Amino acid sequence: MARVGVFVCFCGANIADFIDVPAVVEEAKKVKEVKVSVLYKYMCSDPGQQMIRDAIIQNRLTSVVVAACSPRMHEKTFRKALSDAGMNPYLLEVANIREHSSWVHQKDKKAATEKANDLIRMAIAKSIANEQLHEISVPVTKRALVIGGGIAGIQAALDIADARIPVTLVEKSPSIGGRMAQLDETFPTLDCSQCILTPKMVDVASHPYIELIPYAEVIELDGYVGNYKAKIKKKASYVNFDTCTGCGACTQKCPVKVPNEFNMNIDKRKAIYTPFPQAVPNKPVIDAEHCTMLLKGKCGICAKVCEKGSIDYKMVDEVIEREIGAVVVATGYDLWDPKPYEEYGVGRYKDIITSLEFERMVSASGPTNGVPLRPSDGKVPKNVVFIKCIGSRDEAKGIEYCSKICCMYTAKHAILLHHKVHDSHAYIFYMDIRAAGKGYEEFVKRAQVETAATYLRGRVSKIYKKGDKLMVRGEDAQIGQVVEVEADLVVLATAVIAPHENPALARLLGISYDKYGYLSEAHPKLRPVETAKAGIFLAGCTQAPKDIPDTVAQASACAAKVCGLFAGDTLKKDPMISTISNEFCSGCLNCVKVCPYQAIVTEEIPLGHGSKELRTVAKINEGVCQGCGSCVAICRSMAISLAGFTDPQIINEIVAI
Amino acid sequence: METEVKKAQGTMVSAENPDITAPADWQPVIMGILCNWCSYAGSDLTGTSRIQYPPNIRIIRVPCSSRVDPWFIIKSLQTAADGVLISGCHPGDCHYISGNYYARRRFLVTKKLLNFIGYHENRVQFSWVSAAEGPKFAKVVAKVTEDIKQLGPLHRYKKENF
Repeated sequence: MARVGVFVCFCGANIADFIDVPAVVEEAKKVKEVKVSVLYKYMCSDPGQQMIRDAIIQNRLTSVVVAACSPRMHEKTFRKALSDAGMNPYLLEVANIREHSSWVHQKDKKAATEKANDLIRMAIAKSIANEQLHEISVPVTKRALVIGGGIAGIQAALDIADARIPVTLVEKSPSIGGRMAQLDETFPTLDCSQCILTPKMVDVASHPYIELIPYAEVIELDGYVGNYKAKIKKKASYVNFDTCTGCGACTQKCPVKVPNEFNMNIDKRKAIYTPFPQAVPNKPVIDAEHCTMLLKGKCGICAKVCEKGSIDYKMVDEVIEREIGAVVVATGYDLWDPKPYEEYGVGRYKDIITSLEFERMVSASGPTNGVPLRPSDGKVPKNVVFIKCIGSRDEAKGIEYCSKICCMYTAKHAILLHHKVHDSHAYIFYMDIRAAGKGYEEFVKRAQVETAATYLRGRVSKIYKKGDKLMVRGEDAQIGQVVEVEADLVVLATAVIAPHENPALARLLGISYDKYGYLSEAHPKLRPVETAKAGIFLAGCTQAPKDIPDTVAQASACAAKVCGLFAGDTLKKDPMISTISNEFCSGCLNCVKVCPYQAIVTEEIPLGHGSKELRTVAKINEGVCQGCGSCVAICRSMAISLAGFTDPQIINEIVAI
Repeated sequence: METEVKKAQGTMVSAENPDITAPADWQPVIMGILCNWCSYAGSDLTGTSRIQYPPNIRIIRVPCSSRVDPWFIIKSLQTAADGVLISGCHPGDCHYISGNYYARRRFLVTKKLLNFIGYHENRVQFSWVSAAEGPKFAKVVAKVTEDIKQLGPLHRYKKENF
């Protein structure tokens, strides 16, 4: 015979003002299994919990019902009270009489009280069918996978590895470094980007706990938190990295010239190339799309000049597997293509460039040796117009959100322009100046004062050619007039967008993404680095546009999460998962089809006791099952049961009213 | 004709069987089966926002709308409930990746079956309410309550009537 205790909470006045609590307590006593029914002002407080603990011991209760706030609020608190009294914590049921009754029926005390009675009766009935459950321990593979080798991936990998946890860092391009390696100087301090980034890149390559796999992609991820299996495709580089010394003879002699994507296609690279001189690893790869040897079977110069014999034209893609416990996704960002801005003549006028092209030009190691040059005639520009919010905050042509970094890097560009071309003048068309951040507002002021840049508030409506100049026509909203600026060069601050590979990657990893393609965090405020899938974390711009300090902070947060996950030898898992009864399973395997996690596998068992013939039944993988209950509802023979939400529990609830 | 007269007099008449009536102040009981991650959280938000809705609904929490066995719906209608509301995450937002799609298909079949054996189609309703849609939950409950009130009491298939 079940012995149930009912504990009704006043929640101060939150419940007591709108529900007749003493009447509810008396009503609960009418259920014959109820041995004790009491009320208290704050059940979640320590005396309240003590009351529950004492009642459990004195009345030898077999289950407990707390009628209070939502179980999403305090279920854990009360479960702990149960286990402190030596009772299995899963024998608790919470009747939600606050969010579901007192707060939503404040004008009708009678109806609210009746509803509370029903909710408590339902909880009592369910609790009688509750079973003792125990947390499941699953083993943990202590190795992290970091996807993406930009500053986010680098920081996360270094922080995790410094905690002596092995890390596999996968980067799709031939070198780590990402977007930050393309930058010249960084706001708001004008640190040289390469100077602060390259030491970290070298640390990654030399760290004993980091396995760096460049020129590779993750193609499959199976398993569950603590026990993932990743398949990584190493793209054929046609260069044996073990023997290559990185001398560079091959890249010098290669006759094929290809637009250099690292320099935003301003200059050319060879078909065998290292992306940039400070690349890590500093080993060349062959671009199979352009190499004449690979395309036509003629040439072979790189193999001839390589003293080490490292060139291997027959190399093929290789798939390797790694067992890992957690994943950090740091795939970074792309830039929006400004083609829809036809009225600006994007694509028609050579002297309209994007901010990243400008960044490469002013970079000391860039294609023009640090001097901005007009693409049309190679002259040094004097008047440069910067236009912000190209694609950002533009529902008609681009995307709705603010790209966050453009205000700051445009101010930086004005300063850099002033440093490189002393007699130049910058005009900046802006919508708003968003300079929230440590030292950011001061930096914008510095740009305005130091360079005397002209900030014009308004949108540009048209750009047209006049001689070899570009005429930029826009509005200066502050004086309410149309202005025209004669420009030698126009720089567009194009919007930050999610990498186009993100949706495919999200599907592969089993995580969600938003309408822009950014990967979704578990909670926008309180769980900003976790995804809804346990053991997968997000760092940097893959989640939303960010500047470098925020990216690094988020990457370190990911590392802390990974280290926390790996702190013990096993992980505790909620026991509310499905179990299958072999006796009832008919082997139809409908459950296998509906399981979103591939948590159901098949098993061969003897047809009868001691029989040699076999039959197929379904079997739950405890570590993978998340407890959704899809399989329970689909099972025709009712062989599957979901702990915590069994058929008897729910039917009891239904018939209790 | 008879039904119209009864209705005009303020009596609640069952949509399935005009012989079954209830007084004008009759209040239906609605069973709400909500998924834990979206709709239950949404209904909690309705509470924390103090948005008022009719008190007829009784809420059962399940992990996912795909856990809802048609048996639960039928059992509810056989016992106290005059109507059932099932609510899950928006399509594409399921906490369990695809559970709500299974729920939707299973529900459509169940609804056709119930319709076939004589239930009015509005007795059982389905909605998508996210964890952020507190006001929407209140609206959904108000609409379902109003619909069920229009349909009148449900006695024809109650166990005690067999």
